[in-house]
Amino acid sequence: MSDLAWVVPMPVVVPLFAAGLALALYRRPSLQRIVSVTALSVVLAASVTLLVVVDDGPLVVDVGGWAAPVGIDLVADRLSALMLTISSAVTLCVLLYSLAQGNEDDEESAPISIFHPTYLVLAAGVADAFLSGDLFNIYVGFEILLAASFVLLTLGGTGERIRAGTIYVVVALLSSVLFLVAIAMIYAACGTVNLAQLALRLPEIDPGVRLVLQVLLILAFAIKAAIFPLSAWLPDSYPTAPAPVTAVFAGLLTKVGVYAIIRTQTLLFPDGRLDDVLMWLALATMVVGILGAVAQDDIKRLLSFTLVSHIGYMVFGIALSTDEGWTASIYYVAHHITVQTALFLVVGLVERAGGSTSLTKLGGLAKLTPVLAILFFVPAMNLAGIPPLSGFLGKVGLLEAGVAEGTPLAYVLVVGSVVTSLLTLYALVKAWNKAFWQTPPVERPPVRLPFGMVGPAGALVAVGLTLTLAAGPLYAYTGRAAVALTERTPYIDAVLPDGERGTGESARLTDVAESGAHEGSDG
Amino acid sequence: MSPNIVLVVTIAVLFTVGVYLLLERSLSRVLIGVILVGNGANLLFLVAGGAAGGPPIVGVTDDGEMSDPLPQAMVLTAIVITLGMTAFLLAMAYRSWQLHRHDEVQDDVEDRRIARLAAIDELAVSDSDEEGPTKTLDEEAAETRDETDEGHPAAEVTR
Repeated sequence: MSDLAWVVPMPVVVPLFAAGLALALYRRPSLQRIVSVTALSVVLAASVTLLVVVDDGPLVVDVGGWAAPVGIDLVADRLSALMLTISSAVTLCVLLYSLAQGNEDDEESAPISIFHPTYLVLAAGVADAFLSGDLFNIYVGFEILLAASFVLLTLGGTGERIRAGTIYVVVALLSSVLFLVAIAMIYAACGTVNLAQLALRLPEIDPGVRLVLQVLLILAFAIKAAIFPLSAWLPDSYPTAPAPVTAVFAGLLTKVGVYAIIRTQTLLFPDGRLDDVLMWLALATMVVGILGAVAQDDIKRLLSFTLVSHIGYMVFGIALSTDEGWTASIYYVAHHITVQTALFLVVGLVERAGGSTSLTKLGGLAKLTPVLAILFFVPAMNLAGIPPLSGFLGKVGLLEAGVAEGTPLAYVLVVGSVVTSLLTLYALVKAWNKAFWQTPPVERPPVRLPFGMVGPAGALVAVGLTLTLAAGPLYAYTGRAAVALTERTPYIDAVLPDGERGTGESARLTDVAESGAHEGSDG
Repeated sequence: MSPNIVLVVTIAVLFTVGVYLLLERSLSRVLIGVILVGNGANLLFLVAGGAAGGPPIVGVTDDGEMSDPLPQAMVLTAIVITLGMTAFLLAMAYRSWQLHRHDEVQDDVEDRRIARLAAIDELAVSDSDEEGPTKTLDEEAAETRDETDEGHPAAEVTR
């Protein structure tokens, strides 16, 4: 299957080139749109191809032909291919939505010319973080997507966006520095930043040092994934951005952090020494997050708090450290990306139809736009976990995994996640009652919602439903991904076939380096 | 190999001062804090790279005396990234000053509203038709000041 290895870099390379092209075409908005849509469609096609192909085994590309531990490698295994597929589907839908919004609104409210290149760079950064087989390259991927997200979050530079953006930027930079410190210390301890080689070398170093490295990495990723108590920045900064931007941030950026935690916990630190701590963090994230959501009046902030809360479910699955836990966690990530993005897109439509996002000012939308009511109701119930939707399936998977673990702490988490699920239902039903059923404080004129915006939002809701219909095969797929994660050997063997070096062409230099006394480094 | 003590002390000082500045209200000071902490991390890479040596070029330096090029490559990448981020933060601080005549990092405005409602024991979402907050978030962000009292409130400044 290695003849398809050229597909692996596509999700990173295509959007980056398209971003340059889109920037050059800033005077030609129509061409820009064609470039962006084409690029993200290609990425989606490449991701689906990878999803199918890597089911037979991971695909590895040594970038530039340099063999793995020296050069940078891109690895597509089941986990990263699944993440890529979901994220590229979501980015494409959000792009189409924002195109329609750009058509409807004047250019002043959303400067389209900078939006497209930045959005493509964001997509490339997310893909790079998912595909990278090298810790430092993950850092670079994070920085790419963060730099793009800074620009998207402060589009237009209004007072409120600058205020919220400041906090977001400073927190993001702080987590990047923490990540950088972790990388430096890992390099000092192991002499490599290649994930596969680290997986081989980390067990050999002092357990105390290993624990420090693990804590540092988790700390850096927990800020990005918005795990309590490092989640305070999220509900503050996300809601002020334009609706499509909030939607894609909510769907993807925190999940990149969750992905990084899954990858490092399985591959680098399989002994699970922080599992109990993660359990407590998961519980606190779920409960504190959802209690925050209950208190909110602004529907965008309410959804941001549910986002934080549901990160807790994924951390719960991660903290279980069993095949069942990973399986449910990965399925939950896929479910949550689609449902959360769909909800934020629908809230963008609610804002158009109702003229506000404050629940006190909204009302009567069910009568005004019944389509919108359905579009909100389905993902809302999905998020709360009403059977038979995918949110229910993911939660059942997590609960089963928790019960199978059987420790008192796992049972506490099981109870906590059920309570959180009920509170989510409460918060969302409250939002539903206020926005769709209560008598509107001010009568609104009937609005026509542009099909270009309803369509992508509906498509994402449909993707969420597909996750339910295709739950059997998908759950089996995440199960196989989880087994491969626990075994670790498929990943390591694919990157370093002989246990030493990748398949690149730098073999001649190896001899030179090995003859020297170059201790501690990887030559 | 024992690391260079000068480097280690410098890193410690950079991190201490940087963290202190990060906790300030003014974005310019936060920015300097970010730069200092970032440079501390960069120096940490130099320590991670092991003892200093000759340029790592085959044929120029003996294999045993080469310095490790990989951390230096990583530091270069990190420096470039920090440069870009610094430029963006500077632009944000300037924009904030343009809008409000200060570059204060403010607390969450919406949080403040909810806290106010809680203080007067009011439901966050009331069912009556009474008026909600009359100001938009943008206006409130412009008027709110947290701890610093340097500069002038935005209202007094002619735009």
